[in-house]
Amino acid sequence: MIVFPGSNCDTDCWHVLRDVLNIQVDFVWHKETNVGGVDLVVLPGGFSYGDYLRTGAIARFSPVMQAVQEHARQGRAVIGICNGFQVLLETGLLPGAMLRNRSLRFVCKHIYVKTENVTSLFTNRLKHGEILKIPIAHGEGNYFCDEQTLETLEQNNRIAFRYCSEQGTLGDEFNPNGSLAHIAGILNERGNILGMMPHPERSSESMLGSGDGRKIWESILSAANV
Amino acid sequence: MFKAKIDVTLKKSVLDPQGQTVLQALHSLGYGTVDALRVGKHFEMTLQSEDRKRAESEIKLMCERLLVNPVIEQYTVELEELR
Repeated sequence: MIVFPGSNCDTDCWHVLRDVLNIQVDFVWHKETNVGGVDLVVLPGGFSYGDYLRTGAIARFSPVMQAVQEHARQGRAVIGICNGFQVLLETGLLPGAMLRNRSLRFVCKHIYVKTENVTSLFTNRLKHGEILKIPIAHGEGNYFCDEQTLETLEQNNRIAFRYCSEQGTLGDEFNPNGSLAHIAGILNERGNILGMMPHPERSSESMLGSGDGRKIWESILSAANV
Repeated sequence: MFKAKIDVTLKKSVLDPQGQTVLQALHSLGYGTVDALRVGKHFEMTLQSEDRKRAESEIKLMCERLLVNPVIEQYTVELEELR
């Protein structure tokens, strides 16, 4: 669990992984230069470096990001949630960039996403088209990339989740931030990095209104065979 | 010594919701002559570079590495020698 100055979902993620899924989790301060031989690196949500300049733009130069890139290069899993997704985009580990939400408002609510990819190590416990109820909380989640990149993402099944209605319909009225092609989460080419704006750690226990996010953690666990 | 002014704006192909909102606000104030508006960022810096060429190449690198996200943004530089 990487912690940047300004991360604020790190403890929630840590709680879910440790107390709900019973796996060992360690915090790694952004000044560290090593992440060890872990199966999964989590880049949690928050406001790293106060979102100065652009979201994730400064965190990308934290010493630990060299180690995260090396970890990813070895084919190990990395999940970036919300600000973590923004950091992955700025680092270039995932293509594209984030714009301000179309409404210019910070949006904090439960939304629905449709599962598009069911083969990745993050989604293997999900069914194609499965609808997940997961909260979002961001001001800059309006995903953008050029046409060629979008085509590559579509053709290679790298769009993991799209915003949708409760019934799974796609449409601008169900897209909370104006994101291109209703994208809520994407994978890298190799499939070992997932960036997503919704917060699975806030929807991993039914007492919090939805347990759907747990399936993402369980997919990772099943892929890591732990 | 040099002084650089760098303007960063969203590319033409990228929607600028902030600019749209400001444009609408100006229209509602009665400034109907404004027909397009983009909101951007402005940086000003002084550099201890030896010559103009070096200052230009340093600024280019700074923009590419940190100040500008080339996926969504474009920039212009105005460089002035300080005496």
